[in-house]
Amino acid sequence: MPHQVPWLIFLLPLFSFILVSFILRPFFNHRPKLGGYVTIAAIGTACVLSFWVVAEVFGAPGHKLEIPDIQWLLISDFSIHIGLMIDSLTAVMLVVVTVVSLMVQIYSQGYMEGDPGYHRYYAFMSLFTACMLGLVMADNLVFMYLFWEGVGLCSYLLIGFWFHKPSAADAAKKAFIVTRFGDLGFLAAILLLFYTTGTFDIEELHGLAIAGVLAGTTLTWVAIGIFAGAVGKSAQFPLHVWLPDAMEGPTPVSSLIHAATMVAAGVFLVARMYPLFEYSEVALTTVAVIGGFTAIFAASMGLVMTDIKRVLAYSTISQLGYMMLGLGTGGIAIGMFHLFNHAFFKCLLFLGAGSVNHSTGTFDIREMGGLRKVMPWTYATFLIASLSIAGIWPLSGFWSKDEIVVSSFANNPILFYLAMITVFMTAFYMFRVIFLTFGGEYRGGASSEHGSHEPHESSRVMVIPMVVLAVLAVFSGWLNVTGAFGAFMGHGEVCGFAEGFFGILTHPLPLISLLLAGLGILLAYAMYSAKWVSAEAVGRAFRPLYTLLYRKYWFDELYEKVIVVRVLVDGLCAALDFFDARVVDGAVNGVGDGTAAAGNALRRVQTGQLQVYVMAIAVGVVAIAVFCYLFG
Amino acid sequence: MSVGLEHYLILSAVLFCIGLYGVLSKRNAVVILMCVEIMLNAVNITLVAFSRYVVPTLLTGQIFAIFVMAVAAAEAAVGIAIIIAIYRSRGTVDAEKFDLMKW
Repeated sequence: MPHQVPWLIFLLPLFSFILVSFILRPFFNHRPKLGGYVTIAAIGTACVLSFWVVAEVFGAPGHKLEIPDIQWLLISDFSIHIGLMIDSLTAVMLVVVTVVSLMVQIYSQGYMEGDPGYHRYYAFMSLFTACMLGLVMADNLVFMYLFWEGVGLCSYLLIGFWFHKPSAADAAKKAFIVTRFGDLGFLAAILLLFYTTGTFDIEELHGLAIAGVLAGTTLTWVAIGIFAGAVGKSAQFPLHVWLPDAMEGPTPVSSLIHAATMVAAGVFLVARMYPLFEYSEVALTTVAVIGGFTAIFAASMGLVMTDIKRVLAYSTISQLGYMMLGLGTGGIAIGMFHLFNHAFFKCLLFLGAGSVNHSTGTFDIREMGGLRKVMPWTYATFLIASLSIAGIWPLSGFWSKDEIVVSSFANNPILFYLAMITVFMTAFYMFRVIFLTFGGEYRGGASSEHGSHEPHESSRVMVIPMVVLAVLAVFSGWLNVTGAFGAFMGHGEVCGFAEGFFGILTHPLPLISLLLAGLGILLAYAMYSAKWVSAEAVGRAFRPLYTLLYRKYWFDELYEKVIVVRVLVDGLCAALDFFDARVVDGAVNGVGDGTAAAGNALRRVQTGQLQVYVMAIAVGVVAIAVFCYLFG
Repeated sequence: MSVGLEHYLILSAVLFCIGLYGVLSKRNAVVILMCVEIMLNAVNITLVAFSRYVVPTLLTGQIFAIFVMAVAAAEAAVGIAIIIAIYRSRGTVDAEKFDLMKW
């Protein structure tokens, strides 16, 4: 394989961004579809090339390709190289990102039809994909951080795509600022690493951690810092608040953010720097605990949300928690395998939600209902994705979720119970959405800029990507039934199930989790379809709990009223303001005032009297003469 | 007593100081202008004296003195013209009253 191929994977979406934003948008704005075609062509080619790279990586010794570096910066004798790191982890991410992105772009052709910002949308989407591809291929932390921030920027631009809506603008700011808190930790970790080791190169850092040069407290702090970055990007507790609000963007954007780009970056980062975590017990435990807690914490809020996209958002946070739990208790392969499967079914769920919104004009599941008959394709694919996320055998979610459950059972019993309860909750909230959206009778929908009041199946351009993703959501899990995916990731941990495809059903742990998922579905059926139990009555019976969940544990209020207003505005900002007004401005004004005062005093010398000046000249000449005579 | 270079120089210095004193102390602008002429002539004496005693075969000093006279004549013309102009606008030639250019 020529070395240019991996570069092209990154450069094609970047070129598409440049082409769409600098040529198509200004000069071909009357042909909006053109931008979409360019982006789809670029990402489609990148997708094909990604599969080529995977094939090459699969055949390469150690599942690793050597790509020559290019020198970027030379600062005295220290040089920063631009290089690509193509190993199995990168290869898997390349496939996930390009496939999901391609499906989303195709779907967007239908979803965004008629939007005045069509070219802008595709330009940002291209850039978003390019940044994520750069992030997964970067071989040093500086480069990675660059794309890390690039991904953050693009998510800001896309969440705030409809910036004329104040809620969208606020959500974009929130996403950007909240993740910034995590990025601070990541940046500190990079600087600490460089201070300690003098290198940014990821492979060298791996080597140093494995050799034990990088160890002890430093390693722990570095790992925690990196994890802080991942917590921000992957919306883990306590920085989870931005993701549900990120729903303000167009639905395909949410789909891309939740499946392949933004939030996957955090999990990927931990996986990429995994050797650093492995040698620090504290860091690894932190990852597992935060992940396990986030999984159940977010799932509990997902139980009561009435906005279909918000339910999905909390489910993403919860699933990301699972991935972190998998990384913390199992290893790269287990966490990444869930990311791989989750990307397809979560993308599909969001595309389904977008399709439903397109037809009913609302995201509120209380206003939907009965869509099973009018939107059979959407219903079928959404159902498959829901079964997959709920972990029903033999869909993909089952295989990766049970890997995580099994590994947490072996390592941390408390987290295992949390994960089990989460399985139940996941099944419940997903099927609550299904029964409310697709079951029963149509409850009217709402009017909006999209679609009419009369529900209808979405156009073919939207349905086809959903079908492709549904196929992937069924089969992607089969890659690791016996551990093939884990062997490819090549980190040595045990994964897969020795029992095989059918034998798994005799394994007790997967059986229990299946049972719990089944119970969740049954409860949802009882409450929202058969109405054996009234949902309102349950809500009333547990009023305080319901309010707690519905108000999202008051985290938004806590952050806004206490942290932002009290700590930041009244505390930190007031102190900084004082410093700025008194010390910085004082110094600047002091220089100005001093100069003015000196000038005021000295200008009296200018008397306007010619003879005074001549006198000064004469005295000066005499003084110089005397000086020369005495010292010359 | 033979007259040597130093006598010319002392004469010149005395004349120069008289001129400078006049420039610094007189109020009448015309008198100041005249004092400037005295200073110029003091310099001329120096130039001629040096020419005679240091390089007797060359005439550079004398030539230079003639240049100074020519320039002094022109300067006197310009100076008088300026003083007349000031007199027309301000009605006085008192140098102490010319203080428009102060702070």
